[in-house]
Amino acid sequence: MKIDNEYVSRIAALARLETSPEQAEKFAAQFRDIISYMDTLNQIDTAGVEPFYSPSQNMSVMREDEARSTCRRSDILANAPHHDGEYFIVPRII
Amino acid sequence: MYQDARTLCTTRQQLQKKEIKVSEVVQSCLDNIGKTEPLIRAMLRIREQEAMDMARELDRQGPDKDRPLWGIPMTIKDVICTRGIPTTCGSRILESFTPGYDATLVQRLKQAGAIILGKTNMDEFAMGSSTENSALQKTLNPWDLSRVPGGSSGGSAASMAAAQSLGSIGTDTGGSIRQPASFCGVVGMKPTYGRVSRYGLVAFGSSLDQAGPMTSCVQDSAAILNIISGHDHLDSTSSSTPVPDYLRALDKRKDLQNLRIGLPRQYWEEKMSPEVEAACKKVLETLLEAGAETVPVDLPHVQHGVAAYYIIAMAEASSNLARYDGVRYGYRDQKARELMDMYRRTRSRALGEEVQRRIMIGTYVLSAGYYDAYFKKAAQIRRLIHQDFIKSFESCDLLCSPVVPFTAFGLGENVDDPLQMYLTDIFTTSLNLAGLPGISIPAGTGKETGLPVGIQFMGPAFGEELLLQAAYILEQSLPPLPFPAALRE
Repeated sequence: MKIDNEYVSRIAALARLETSPEQAEKFAAQFRDIISYMDTLNQIDTAGVEPFYSPSQNMSVMREDEARSTCRRSDILANAPHHDGEYFIVPRII
Repeated sequence: MYQDARTLCTTRQQLQKKEIKVSEVVQSCLDNIGKTEPLIRAMLRIREQEAMDMARELDRQGPDKDRPLWGIPMTIKDVICTRGIPTTCGSRILESFTPGYDATLVQRLKQAGAIILGKTNMDEFAMGSSTENSALQKTLNPWDLSRVPGGSSGGSAASMAAAQSLGSIGTDTGGSIRQPASFCGVVGMKPTYGRVSRYGLVAFGSSLDQAGPMTSCVQDSAAILNIISGHDHLDSTSSSTPVPDYLRALDKRKDLQNLRIGLPRQYWEEKMSPEVEAACKKVLETLLEAGAETVPVDLPHVQHGVAAYYIIAMAEASSNLARYDGVRYGYRDQKARELMDMYRRTRSRALGEEVQRRIMIGTYVLSAGYYDAYFKKAAQIRRLIHQDFIKSFESCDLLCSPVVPFTAFGLGENVDDPLQMYLTDIFTTSLNLAGLPGISIPAGTGKETGLPVGIQFMGPAFGEELLLQAAYILEQSLPPLPFPAALRE
């Protein structure tokens, strides 16, 4: 896939970002550099190698489903850009 | 300026014996901050009043021998949540964020009696190798104010080099503790993945992130690791492996007899500056004099560590940073009339360029049609790298290598070429992929630049005891670094 300005804008849209034409152009050149460097991994034969996603040895950690106190609601809401004391308020969705 | 050789460990003994007051210790740190901070700008927040109040309260109560860090002023990288203290991650998007809870490690430090003196600067969301990506301020290297302190824990490293506190906590996703420690001439320890709880550490690469101590000496690193290590039910990846007494372990070994230190060919044969090579080779002589045996080892896949690391780290970041949407915390763009537009405007305006770049490449490598070619491929290489390390420990006890191929680079030198910046992590990223522990300690100063050079030990999973022992013995065999050049009067 050729990484051009238009393609960069499409990735930006997927990531909920927007790019100016100048930024898209700059990013396109940088992404080509970075991704072609990443492409060097294709030289290595990894057929049959199990992917390694986490160094953690823990598997499906379970705990008792018990209520416990964590944060105060008011502390949480205090960080929200817009709230009514009970809920987060967001702009129109549909 | 400040020439005091006081460490965390010596200070806590004086505090316990009442030879010195907590308020005197805090005041001397604040004095150092007052002198050095205008030059290096390592701190995003200084809790002058709160720390002094706490110090007076502790003095009133008297020493508590059950609290190993009683009265010790410490700083915390601003990616770690501190209840009631803003935690910005060096980002505009979290400039107004004040956590309602403490990270587990912060809670443990406080329970042990530590005083949180301030929060340190960092590359935005820990994405960077120079701290230049902080959206809030630029931190300068205490050894040369025209150079970077390294990153992403550059604030903690510079702050420790300037003796602004007695210990700091950084985080290491691909070298972010060890590399700035190397650039600033301090000790930086990246523990085994799972050794220290990640609860309350703002996530960047969840399978790579690990917090650890940044200190002026190895003993202090052990003292802090004693407190912050251990299982935490709030982090399902934290390990239940028992926590040994790391500080006591330091007394158990007097030399390096019978220790086999592996020298990875792929690292030692890599291109590095002559001064780094000279300083690191000198360390090898010191290791041999201390009784160690050095053996060449092969890590055949680590040359792919940077590429695999950046794919995985960016993929995980693109997912983790989806939470910055202007809804629950942080900045929100007020002009948007509908939700999707609000997301886009908020994120584009309040996230920095490097963060956006990584989110986008992460999105790309995870997108339909590319997942197998990039993300899965990188995870397979990660398996091969992990196997390389495991295999190397069949023929040696520890590995040793340089931390960075050169000393601190100039401000602005790599900012326009992100790939070049990523390649500076060549000796550090593979260890994070494998989830193993490493420690960087000062090897000396470079002949040409006079800047600190670091050397790192790497060990098997949960091998921190041996890492610290070897680093402690080496530290005592090397001449101590002078106080940083740019801060001397």
